[in-house]
Amino acid sequence: MAEERRPKQCTVVLPTESMKAMAESIGVGQLQEESCVALSEEVSYRIKEIAQDALKFMHHGKRRKLTTNDIDNALKLKNVEPLYGFQSQEFIPFRFASGGGRELHFYEEKEVDLSDIINTPLPRVPLDVSLKAHWLSIEGVQPSIPENPPPAPKEQQKVESTEPLKVVKPGQEEDGTVQGKGQGATAADGKGKEKGLIRLKPRSTHELSVEQQLYYKEITEACVGSCEAKRAEALQSIATDPGLYQMLPRFSTFISEGVRVNVVQNNLALLIYLMRMVKALMDNPTLYLEKYLHELIPAVVTCIVSKQLCLRPDVDNHWALRDFAARLMAQSCKTFSTTTNNIQSRITKTFTKSWLDEKTQWTTRYGCIAGLAELGADVIKTLILPRLTVEGARIKAVMEGPVVSNIDKIGADHVQSLLLPSPPATKYIVMATSAGPASTQQVP
Amino acid sequence: MAAVQGGLVDAVEKKDIKTEPSEDSGGNNNANDGRLLSPPPGSSASAPGGNKPPAGAPEDQQTLLAVLQFLRKNNLAESVEILRREAGLPEDALDLKAGDSAGAEDASSLLSRVTVSSSAAAQAPTKAVEDQPDVNVVLSAYSQQGDPALYGVYYSGLKRFIESVLDCHRAELSQVFYPLFVHMYLELVYNNHENEAKVFFEKFSGDQECYYEDDLRVLSSLTKKEHMRGNETLLDFRTSKFVLRISRDSYQLLKRHLQERQNNQIWNIIQEHLYIDIFDGMPRSKSQIDAMSGSLAGEAKREANKAKVYYGLLKEPEIELPLDDEDEEAENEEGKPKKKKPKKDSMGSKSKKQDPNAPSQTRIPLPELKDSDKLDKIMYMKEATKRIRLGPDNLPSICFYSFLNAYQGLTAVDFTDDSSLIAGGFADSTVRVWSVTPKKLRKVKSAADLNLIDKESDDVLERIMDEKTASESKILYGHSGPVYGISFSPDRNYLLTCSEDGTIRLWSLQTFTCLVGYKGHNYPVWDTQFSPHGYYFISGGHDRVARLWATDHYQPLRMFSGHLADITSTRFHPNSNYVVTGSSDRTIRLWDVLTGNCVRIFTGHKGPIHALAFSPNGKFLASGATDGRVLLWDIGHGLMIGELKGHTDTIYSLKFSRDGEILASGSMDNTVRLWDATKAFDDLETDDFTAATGHIHLQDNSQELLLGTYMSKSTPVIHLHFTRRNLLLAAGAYNP
Repeated sequence: MAEERRPKQCTVVLPTESMKAMAESIGVGQLQEESCVALSEEVSYRIKEIAQDALKFMHHGKRRKLTTNDIDNALKLKNVEPLYGFQSQEFIPFRFASGGGRELHFYEEKEVDLSDIINTPLPRVPLDVSLKAHWLSIEGVQPSIPENPPPAPKEQQKVESTEPLKVVKPGQEEDGTVQGKGQGATAADGKGKEKGLIRLKPRSTHELSVEQQLYYKEITEACVGSCEAKRAEALQSIATDPGLYQMLPRFSTFISEGVRVNVVQNNLALLIYLMRMVKALMDNPTLYLEKYLHELIPAVVTCIVSKQLCLRPDVDNHWALRDFAARLMAQSCKTFSTTTNNIQSRITKTFTKSWLDEKTQWTTRYGCIAGLAELGADVIKTLILPRLTVEGARIKAVMEGPVVSNIDKIGADHVQSLLLPSPPATKYIVMATSAGPASTQQVP
Repeated sequence: MAAVQGGLVDAVEKKDIKTEPSEDSGGNNNANDGRLLSPPPGSSASAPGGNKPPAGAPEDQQTLLAVLQFLRKNNLAESVEILRREAGLPEDALDLKAGDSAGAEDASSLLSRVTVSSSAAAQAPTKAVEDQPDVNVVLSAYSQQGDPALYGVYYSGLKRFIESVLDCHRAELSQVFYPLFVHMYLELVYNNHENEAKVFFEKFSGDQECYYEDDLRVLSSLTKKEHMRGNETLLDFRTSKFVLRISRDSYQLLKRHLQERQNNQIWNIIQEHLYIDIFDGMPRSKSQIDAMSGSLAGEAKREANKAKVYYGLLKEPEIELPLDDEDEEAENEEGKPKKKKPKKDSMGSKSKKQDPNAPSQTRIPLPELKDSDKLDKIMYMKEATKRIRLGPDNLPSICFYSFLNAYQGLTAVDFTDDSSLIAGGFADSTVRVWSVTPKKLRKVKSAADLNLIDKESDDVLERIMDEKTASESKILYGHSGPVYGISFSPDRNYLLTCSEDGTIRLWSLQTFTCLVGYKGHNYPVWDTQFSPHGYYFISGGHDRVARLWATDHYQPLRMFSGHLADITSTRFHPNSNYVVTGSSDRTIRLWDVLTGNCVRIFTGHKGPIHALAFSPNGKFLASGATDGRVLLWDIGHGLMIGELKGHTDTIYSLKFSRDGEILASGSMDNTVRLWDATKAFDDLETDDFTAATGHIHLQDNSQELLLGTYMSKSTPVIHLHFTRRNLLLAAGAYNP
């Protein structure tokens, strides 16, 4: 590894042109080529020397970034007067110019009018240094508080769920165990036994601390409770808290069970609350839901396509829930669909299949179309547009045909409005018009 | 040359010693110092162990003469006289010698050394000029000529030979490559064979071990003879012999090969610039060698670590414990009456027997305990009974103190032993002290106001404080450069800081003003620490000399010289009889405070050492470096006994828990890691390592020893501290 770097170390020398440019800038013209070479070698050597000393100051300053002050201090060590005027903490605004076949990087020093400086209002005083304490660990367990980084970084969660084998490879083993230990003392207990055995899967802890259990109880109650203010706070917490990783299995079970029960009972409000929880979980930047999709997706899909979601389908606005859930579905397809799990194509297939079924209820039909429509332009183009004619005819039949149930009528009405005004759909309808005028005319 | 350097410092030190008692005569509490200051006769002649000269008296004499000459030049007639009498030289010795041309040249080069190292006299601007003769003397050894074109051939010839020898010898002989490479390269450069040098470097630099990369980078930038002047790395290489440890068999093999081939060039270098420490026994394996190598000047010689070290703890002074204390009573009422017993036991066991490895109680004169110290000790013991027993199943809680809005400027942190105060040193030269308890920081009233106080009242200590000044934090102004080291005195009355401006300052935490500025290091001071018993403190910096000070002396009591590069960290042994220094030359040295000798040299780190910590029982040392590894050392045996891998960046802080079961390390990689120290040291005791040859075989068990990793949110951990109850405090500046 060292070999790659070596040649560079040896050869880096300032170009002689720089010497010339610098000489000119201080009024020495006609510098001989030989002196330029000698100078540039000497200057390069000295610069390297100073850089080395400056690094010392950086290390002792406990920084990763070399600052101009470090260079100044290094110059001071060598009894050279420090450079004045380079106070920038972040970067030095070098400018580039070329002309006459020469290229030049220079530091633009503007003339400063002192009266301007005097007259400008003072900038705000920078905040003073202050001290803040928090628990990095409590008896070996790192508490999940905003001051601490998320216990399992999202990338790691992703690696764990998408490439479970990679985690247990010998080289990667370290990550797994380290994380396990960080999570809790329980992992450390089992450490001795694990040693020497072939480890198939990293153990993840499923025990929640008392605090976590309380939190879970509070949050779930607030999410499905009656107080809207509390719910908003709970959802906010789900969407932002960094430490929910360990509770994720419980949340996803809570949601899937909740949907199963409430669909049967046609409790629209609760279904909406649960979908909002899904939304919050997906919004949390520290969580990676892939492992729990097998529970979440059925729940969401249920809320999209279920025949009946509320007690009075003719009055209640269950359409909004279907729309909302469809958006969630689309979002999770976008985030988690990979070539191995094929979420998007599987979902698309499910929707299309039930849409094509003649006997499908209007509610389900609505959900299918909504779900498909959310999946993007490609899906709309390939799956919805070709069906527009048929669907139009069906709607017409319901609307103008003999009196059927009111529910069917409302359903057809909604499907029609779904197909009509959605902007991407209309765009394609216009496109379809140009292709074959007949197709649109049949959609009233 | 190295030997001379060592001897010199002794001489300089002697000068200090001689001059000081006269200044002390006024003080009345200095009876102890007198004893410390006058070293036993043996110490003056012995140079720091590592560089002990093979030759004895004549060289010492020369050194003395050089010092005398220097003193005379600066019109320090009295010192000349004293030193001359001390050394027992005839009065005209100096003048006689001055006539001798060879002696004069040598002396003048020595003189320049003095001007560099003796801080009081060195005037910075003249340094470069005065350096020249010295460097030239050093470098002239390179002037021997050989055919420059053949260097590469020689080197590759040797390489081929070493690659063809038996496997067991190959690793050992490969050690020769690096020093040989450097010296050959320098010879080429010195003799103005610039292009050959470049070709040689490019061809063979890739073969060197990756941990020499930093040095190679320095070397690569050095391409001209003129550059060699004033280059520190180069001087280090020349002044100190590179030490290799090779088994007898391997050495014979190498010797035979070189003699057969009549390869004088290489043989000369080996003879002149390398010190080969030959041992009998099995050749070492590659991993064994790698564990120990990496330092600027090779491994430590075996003799360097032979001296006896009294690593045991001093006996605790016996203090009557007032058992019927309020606190105790309160606890009893709460229904925990059994607390008393264990305390008695712990007290009893401590005072019963004297550790055979402990130094005698008065080896180093320590300050008398004041009443307030005794009170503090009592507090300490009381807290100790409430201490949590830590272990792999019982990890400590960690409380993290983040410095917000520090703008990358936090450079040093320290906690008081009782964890009531926290101090931070900043790049903007300020020092800030915070109280982390509800008790606010108050200044003592002004002298005028103090006069008004009723001195007989019981709460006089409370009355002298000025309530108006109470605040949670105080800022101390005084330094003129970034503050790199900070340390509270054990009694919490003083704060010590060291800075880029070359001074060490002592601050009072009663008045929050600067009391003393200790000048001596003319270059940045990287670290300083109070002795665990107070009064003494140690400092080390860019000038490569560690100094031992006492708070009431404005000049150092001891100067420890021997490191080949900056001293980056300094720590006191728990018994105050030893100090340890870590350096950019990638070695750790342990120094005896009494004699000023270097008693241990530890090599094995591959980067500058930024963190050091003694185990509470004084037997072990942990060190952390920029390479992200923690190494564990047995002080008694002088051996490396463990390596803890896991950190990915510089380790800035190490601390053992109060009972020594857990080692905590904090690093630039934003993590605090906890290691099982008990296990690391226990494994060792069952092992019968061959102390005779000094070989170690480390098993790689870092993963087993790692008990926990705690990541902070983008906050490098630069200080760690265990409270008296074993709660771990960490500190760092949040860098968003």
